[in-house]
Amino acid sequence: MGISRRDFCKTIAGSAASLAMLAVMPGRLLATWSEKAFAASKLDDAITAKFGSLPIEESSAIMIKAPEIAENGAFVPVTVSTTIPGASSIAIFTPANFSPMVASFDVMPRMKPEVSLRMRMAKTDNLVVIVQAGGKLYRTVREVKVTIGGCGG
Amino acid sequence: MKIKAVVQNNAVAVKMLIPHPMETGRRKEQNGTLVPHHFITEVTATWKGETVFHAELGPGVSKDPYLSFQFTGAKAGEMLKVSWVDNKGGAETAEEAITAM
Repeated sequence: MGISRRDFCKTIAGSAASLAMLAVMPGRLLATWSEKAFAASKLDDAITAKFGSLPIEESSAIMIKAPEIAENGAFVPVTVSTTIPGASSIAIFTPANFSPMVASFDVMPRMKPEVSLRMRMAKTDNLVVIVQAGGKLYRTVREVKVTIGGCGG
Repeated sequence: MKIKAVVQNNAVAVKMLIPHPMETGRRKEQNGTLVPHHFITEVTATWKGETVFHAELGPGVSKDPYLSFQFTGAKAGEMLKVSWVDNKGGAETAEEAITAM
């Protein structure tokens, strides 16, 4: 007994639908990406888009490891950590970049509140690190001198 | 992508290197045309089905992103899964066994 033409078509349509669903999956993940914060061209707008208008306090409990002088702004190695209890998110900004928000990390329950990455800096500028803990934001700023800018263009 | 996950002092140190152009949308070809935005937006790491790392990236992250973090609770021999997606729907998932130091 063979599969009727109609059933066959139904099956194909079904698989096509599942494939379409799969194709949409990355899109669903993207929905949690802070599009507005990354699109903001000003530091304060980016911070507000990411965290809302929470109060910001300067903090000495955020450590920024970065070179004093970065030869190449295309690859600036940065390590950020914090000892603020209950830290849930760590975000890195550099105001002079076309898009000041560089990256944001959720501090997952098993994760140590420390991350490293390599980032681009358009020119000599501050690194601004914001840590969210509870309903508050904490900020630490550190300057990095950049010899050759890293954003091209 | 390359993933290294090594047990160190009761924590797993994870380092990853993801080959990706991370185009800022501002770079010009020699003929003057702009190369469109093409960058990784999210990176997620899971261990035994639990998310242990989640990052949102923008075009300010360097080409071929390097990221590292540490998490607790895992043992050598267990698997760590890392996935990323980019702004054009590109994606990759890779698994790597956690190793002893």
